[in-house]
Amino acid sequence: MENVKILERIKAKFPEAVVVDQDCCGDLQVTVSNDAFIEVMQFLHDDEQLAFDLLVDVLAIDNLERRRKPRFEVVYVMISMDSFDRLLVKLAVAEGEDVPTVTGIWQAANWAEREVFDMMGIRFAGHPDLRRILMWDDFEGYPQRKDFPLKGKDFDEKWDPDTIEVL
Amino acid sequence: MAQGKLMTLNMGPHHPSTHGVLRIVLELDGEMIVKATPHVGQLHRGIEKIAENMNYQQVITLTDRLDYTAASLNNFGYCMAVEKLLGIEVPKRAQYIRVIMGELSRLAAHQIWVGTHALDIGAMTLVFYGFRDREMIYDIIEEASGYRLTPSYLRIGGLANDITPDFIKGVREFVKWFPTALAGYHTLLTDNIIWRKRTMDIGTVSAEDAVNFGFTGPSLRGSGVPYDIRKAKPHSSYEDFDFQVPVGDKGDVYDRYLVRMEEMAQSIKIVDQAIENLPEGPVNVDNPWVTNPSLDVVKNDISALIRRFKIQSEGPHDPVGEVYQSVEGSKGELGFYIVGDGNENPYRMKIRSPAFILISALPKILPGHMFSDAIAIVGSIDIVLGEVDR
Repeated sequence: MENVKILERIKAKFPEAVVVDQDCCGDLQVTVSNDAFIEVMQFLHDDEQLAFDLLVDVLAIDNLERRRKPRFEVVYVMISMDSFDRLLVKLAVAEGEDVPTVTGIWQAANWAEREVFDMMGIRFAGHPDLRRILMWDDFEGYPQRKDFPLKGKDFDEKWDPDTIEVL
Repeated sequence: MAQGKLMTLNMGPHHPSTHGVLRIVLELDGEMIVKATPHVGQLHRGIEKIAENMNYQQVITLTDRLDYTAASLNNFGYCMAVEKLLGIEVPKRAQYIRVIMGELSRLAAHQIWVGTHALDIGAMTLVFYGFRDREMIYDIIEEASGYRLTPSYLRIGGLANDITPDFIKGVREFVKWFPTALAGYHTLLTDNIIWRKRTMDIGTVSAEDAVNFGFTGPSLRGSGVPYDIRKAKPHSSYEDFDFQVPVGDKGDVYDRYLVRMEEMAQSIKIVDQAIENLPEGPVNVDNPWVTNPSLDVVKNDISALIRRFKIQSEGPHDPVGEVYQSVEGSKGELGFYIVGDGNENPYRMKIRSPAFILISALPKILPGHMFSDAIAIVGSIDIVLGEVDR
């Protein structure tokens, strides 16, 4: 299906859920409102014509340096195995806000969401096993946030995990 | 923790069969696996965070180190993503050479896979033949780029330099030799009764489960789903080549083995077609902000000198926008999501690594099998920890 038709089909079912849509170099990117998020994801997976059954990736972007509100954006990349269409779904998340997990819809989201939690600190409500995956379990801080220093923290000094400053 | 009947066994990060630093904690009931928990992250180098502080051209060297067995494919995916964001198209000759380097890397990765997979299960002969043929690919890649394992041969907008006649000679010799070698691998394993008993009906993943787990690549095709990015979203002249995509039907270890062996045969066909039909022309796109001007122009024209300096020190500035581009890596769909904000560094680069998602399905596949089958299954999904941990 072409991107225009995919967008029409989503808007036909959920008229207020689509906040904005843009074209990302040929791929359709749809920003969804937080309230209708889980219903839209379930619809994208179950609908016979759209049938996005392969969740490729879940990732997060930290908007601190771009000075945009809200701070985080979570992007879901999915592909349909019937037509090989690709769709990007974006969700705007404020700091401290939880995102409902899509592990019940796609099992592939399990580790991808764990990595988003580990690297950016966004919690996923309802996740079966939300703990750190790439860093060790009692690491403090979220490495890929823009305010985390590139060279990491000095483990010999005592420091404040919220402000990354030496005490 | 261990209960009355169950034993907790640590298949630790130092293990010859885990192909890297992968730790799996197994709970065994006798010899049957009841629960499996993989722990990854021991090779995490923070490539995505480092990439935010480097130019777009410099990040190419970082992407080499992801799946280090098939390095050119990683460069391929990254360069295509940046070029998609910039909106430039690479000339035909560069596209064909990229395809040659990519398919040779895929062959090299599959040769390591077949050697180590067979070695884990106990068939120790194959690893020597796999590495012997891999040396020939290393020589070809060294002729093109000067490096063996991590060539960094691709650039944004084309290639680092054009190929030499020795490269073409080397590729032609390899194309003539490799089908014999592949037939040799087949005689060692494919009809071998011990191999079949060790790998048939082990680690069966149905097509629906495989799609839900997020499998891509040979592991997904072994379960019967014909998703190959080279055919689904043709890029970089893949549509010019005549090749087939092997698809299994049961989804067990043996099917995944057959899919990869047939992929090797198809890859050498693609290399053959590409090297025989190689078009003439430049190997870099003719865009003033991406490609260096030639040296004789630089020596005579001050504006070309300034442009060369800016390109070497800063490189292309990507426009504001986001792009997702994927390439068929040797393990699956290797995707790059790049957020550009007008500077010379990517604002955010996320690497979708296929092996990361493949390992995440192990807690669902391993239970119910014997402990020695765990080694076979981990080998059949073909992971490389450089890609998993980034």
